[in-house]
Amino acid sequence: MSAPASEGLCAQLDAVSKLFGSFAALRQVSVDLEPGRCYVLIGENGAGKSTLLRILAGLLRPSFGTVNVFGGHEPHEVRERIGYMSHAPMLYDELTGQENLRYFASLYPGRPCLAPSEALRQVGLDPDLTRTLGQYSQGMRQRTSLARVLLPVPELLLLDEPFSNMDVESARQMVELLASFRHGSRTIVITTHQRDLAAPIADWVLALKAGRVASFEPGSPTL
Amino acid sequence: MPRALWTHLVKDLRIEWRSLDAIISMLFFSGLVVVLFSVAFDPRGEFSQRIAGGVLCVATMFASVSALNQAWAREIRHNVMDAQRMVPSPGAELYLAKVIVNFFFVSIVQVILAPFFFIFYNLHIAGQGWLLALVLPLGTWALVGNGIFFAALSITSRNREFLLSLILFPIFIPALLAMVQATTAILTGERDPTLWIKLLAGYDIIFTTVSLLLFDVVLHAE
Repeated sequence: MSAPASEGLCAQLDAVSKLFGSFAALRQVSVDLEPGRCYVLIGENGAGKSTLLRILAGLLRPSFGTVNVFGGHEPHEVRERIGYMSHAPMLYDELTGQENLRYFASLYPGRPCLAPSEALRQVGLDPDLTRTLGQYSQGMRQRTSLARVLLPVPELLLLDEPFSNMDVESARQMVELLASFRHGSRTIVITTHQRDLAAPIADWVLALKAGRVASFEPGSPTL
Repeated sequence: MPRALWTHLVKDLRIEWRSLDAIISMLFFSGLVVVLFSVAFDPRGEFSQRIAGGVLCVATMFASVSALNQAWAREIRHNVMDAQRMVPSPGAELYLAKVIVNFFFVSIVQVILAPFFFIFYNLHIAGQGWLLALVLPLGTWALVGNGIFFAALSITSRNREFLLSLILFPIFIPALLAMVQATTAILTGERDPTLWIKLLAGYDIIFTTVSLLLFDVVLHAE
């Protein structure tokens, strides 16, 4: 299934299947992702949402089928243009938020990155916090993780359960922040069990069931 | 020095400085080995000169393995390894930084351990003592370089600590042999250790080069 055809797709999955041993996490998934849109992936646990995101991030390779991003590249070839956030924070507990971000920002040679303090401010955190990440609350870790993803100003943003461990108000603030990114013609793919929270920015809602595309319908974004 | 290598080094040193986990566990293990062997063999005189090289190498090996098992622990926790896979900076620099930092830690432990070692084993260096400053770093680099590589290779395994020892020890045997023989030759002064030192250097060059070339493949393996 695919969204209405358009030139210059951000990403294209063609008959993608992913096997882990004899278990098929994804089966013949075909999706086109347009730039400047927000796609919300929904489905039960084990439906294949995280696997799809990891394939788009280049962290997994499909067993069958092809994935192209930014006009014919494989995801791992252009990983500096892709931001991936998993449900784990992907940051060091022993460093402060600022130290973590400064570290990761310096691993993008030749790519202009946001200043770590600016990225932290964008997600509503105080850049001068001296506590190490291990002493942050789950919600603060989640925000710091989003700040890490935003650092290299990615064109494709892949967020796996970004609202988990967040209170409703913080989740709303994150949705508003993501809306502003989408207006900057970046593509966002979000997996979530909290469909209502993502609804204000959902241009398309993709439902997965047992590794297959169950439905792919337009959303009704309000932001 | 490449900027990313420097960044990795500073990060690892900063994290270790805040916890001192690796150094404390290494000191404990290596100290235990030195004391246990001295109690078990009651080394005196010529006998101690002969076994001291082996004991020192085994102490270093145990100390290193306890640290190597934890070398990627912080990257495994919270999926930081995925973040490392997503950055465009070369994986070889991440590997090299880990090797340098752990080499530094093991060397600190050796420096602390050395005086106790000489006291417990009543050692007198009969050969060219300064060559120990060449043998020990070369042997340590061989162990740490391979250890960091194979620890990364076994990250996805559930029995990674067991797997590391299983892969590392057989591959380390030539370097261990060279390290023990060279150290014993220096301590006893009976033989020329040059050949063993050359073997160690060659081992280090080959295995470090191969690890640097292959590390990206290991890092991005599913």
